[in-house]
Amino acid sequence: MLESGNVGPTGERLPDPDLLLLSYTGCFTFMKWFELLREKYDCPVVMLHVPYQGDGVVTVPMRKYVVDQLRDKVIPVLEQVSGRSYDEDLLRAMLARSAKAEDDLVHVLQAARNRPSPIDAYFGGVYYIGPIFTAFRGTEEAVGYYEALRAEVDERVRLGKGPVTPDGEIPEERYRVVVEGPPNWTSFREFWRMFAEEGAVVVASSYTKVGGVYDLGFRHDPDHPLETLADYCMGCYTNLNLPSRVDMLVRYVEEYQADGLLINSVKSCNSFSAGQLMILREVEKRTGRPGGFIESDLVDPRYFSAANIKNRLESWFQMIDQRRRTA
Amino acid sequence: MSAGLAPLLARAEELAFDTGLASVRAWKERTGGLAIGFLPVYVPRELLHAMGCLPVGILGSGDIEIIRGDAFYQSYICHLPRSVIELGLGGRLDPLDGVLFPAICDVIRNLSGIWKLQFPDKLSRYLDVPQDFDGAIGGTFYRHELEELVRDLEARGARRSTRQRCGPRSGLQPPPRGRAGALRPAPRAAVEGPDGRALHGLRAGLVVPVEEHLEMLAAYPGRVLADEERRPMDQARVMLVGSFCEQPPIGLLKTLERAGCYIVDDDLCQVHRWIRAIPTDGDPLDRLVDAFLHDAIPHAVRYDEKADKARDLVDRVHACGAEGLLFCARRSATRRSSTSRWPSRPSSGPASRGRASSTPRTPASSTSSGSRPGPSPTRSSCGAEPPEQR
Repeated sequence: MLESGNVGPTGERLPDPDLLLLSYTGCFTFMKWFELLREKYDCPVVMLHVPYQGDGVVTVPMRKYVVDQLRDKVIPVLEQVSGRSYDEDLLRAMLARSAKAEDDLVHVLQAARNRPSPIDAYFGGVYYIGPIFTAFRGTEEAVGYYEALRAEVDERVRLGKGPVTPDGEIPEERYRVVVEGPPNWTSFREFWRMFAEEGAVVVASSYTKVGGVYDLGFRHDPDHPLETLADYCMGCYTNLNLPSRVDMLVRYVEEYQADGLLINSVKSCNSFSAGQLMILREVEKRTGRPGGFIESDLVDPRYFSAANIKNRLESWFQMIDQRRRTA
Repeated sequence: MSAGLAPLLARAEELAFDTGLASVRAWKERTGGLAIGFLPVYVPRELLHAMGCLPVGILGSGDIEIIRGDAFYQSYICHLPRSVIELGLGGRLDPLDGVLFPAICDVIRNLSGIWKLQFPDKLSRYLDVPQDFDGAIGGTFYRHELEELVRDLEARGARRSTRQRCGPRSGLQPPPRGRAGALRPAPRAAVEGPDGRALHGLRAGLVVPVEEHLEMLAAYPGRVLADEERRPMDQARVMLVGSFCEQPPIGLLKTLERAGCYIVDDDLCQVHRWIRAIPTDGDPLDRLVDAFLHDAIPHAVRYDEKADKARDLVDRVHACGAEGLLFCARRSATRRSSTSRWPSRPSSGPASRGRASSTPRTPASSTSSGSRPGPSPTRSSCGAEPPEQR
């Protein structure tokens, strides 16, 4: 896209950036990516390096490292580029609104504990649940959106309704699934339909936590604005070490009463994919529920083989059925 | 071959491909110290050395068939982690009391977590290194990382790190870059003879104490020159880059040499050359931090803050008198190849630009892996098989 004139999906040319902000969290490719982007655009580049939770914890020096970068590197460049001074009171107000929306977001996500689940926490999670939060966090509009969403989801719970898909409501929840890994975007609707047609509802997913692990208790803290931003960055799902990721997925399978863990392994993101076979075995071992494994990609349509994925999914669902019969 | 050179090369080769770590076992029996493995590219070996530990480089499994390791990784993941898993589960890394996983890529990073679960009784530490090179910010962070490493090692029985023991007389200095460079023909001088086997000498230094390695490096040039079978040939001088993680097979180096090349510079075993120099005065941890921030080589695994990496490559080409540059790009190695771009430079640059072992990727023809992961789904769907080690 960049090399062909930066024309976006709507057919319009995207404006050149005024600043390249490299938030280096969880994906080494980003660093290389921005080294290349720097060659393309005549604008400042600022890097925010977020240390990895190698031991499964955020330490005081880790937090200080991120805060120092925000205060001494990122904010000055933003001030220079925008011509506006850093307004900490404004940031605090946004963080407070964010925390309010976070409560509603978590309520919506955890509504999937109901049977049937009123939401699909993977396809729906990245469609109408997560992205609004990612793009409008801290705004009144986001607060209002999640209040309305929460009310609607609560109503669906009250009525015993399942999730809505692009092809309509799922009439019967036959399988409850936890999914690890990003979705395939290039055939998103077809991918979703494979699940919906089988009555498979994703009750929890890890990909919706790359924007924050609010359901594990994190909330933005307006009283410590930079520190809370640091904790947010370091707590994102792909910044957790593999033992922490296993713990989280085991917890999802058990708390959401899932039939098992399904991994959608994507070639374009080693941050997610390297180690997923081990994750699958560990979660199977600890939960006693069968795991499934499919392969596709986020962005490369050549890696989406619908027939093979469907075949694998059907095999996995048959395995779940077999387990139920023999249980 | 001269009587002096043959045993030196034999010893180097024996050490270089000792995947069972016999020399490490012997060192432990002799000293009772901790042996700490590390993955490429850089760890502060000087610190380990000062604490009485033996740093042991882990570069993969060589000729050993990968079976268990394949059950941990999809086909598109690179070879190194699966071969390291193979070594670990096969007991070949048992002499190691711990392994350090430096921050070089997502795969090695995630391998640190696998290691924690597979070997819960061993030290498994992800060594995060700063990508901010401001001493007050990235330096402070890195110092804390090193202090935590010191605490981890002391808790496992390493001798206490003190200012005196970390001092200049205890081997804090790394093998000088010039010494490692002695394994290569001198810049712009008549080359001595084909010597891909020099890689053995670099790799040998990953499993022996630095003092022993320095002795080998010091002896090598003189013995090569004294070799009566040495036959200098008219070969093209080339620099080989892109092999800083898993090392290429010796066969590749020999093939290049037999094809008419002298490899006059490379990025093999860069841990020997990562830091140019470490001052020996003052607080040793601070010196290590300063050296990492300000005197390490520009590299793919560091944020190229000032766009130094490509410039450094060109400077190295000129410094070693290379007539050509070979990019040895491998599959699934984002950091190696994704920003290999050639800066605008005068026409005095290398005469040729090549890409070795660049196999086109093809999409997986099928998704794979049913509910129970067997060894390596879609094993051969992505082009070249991983390189062997020797």
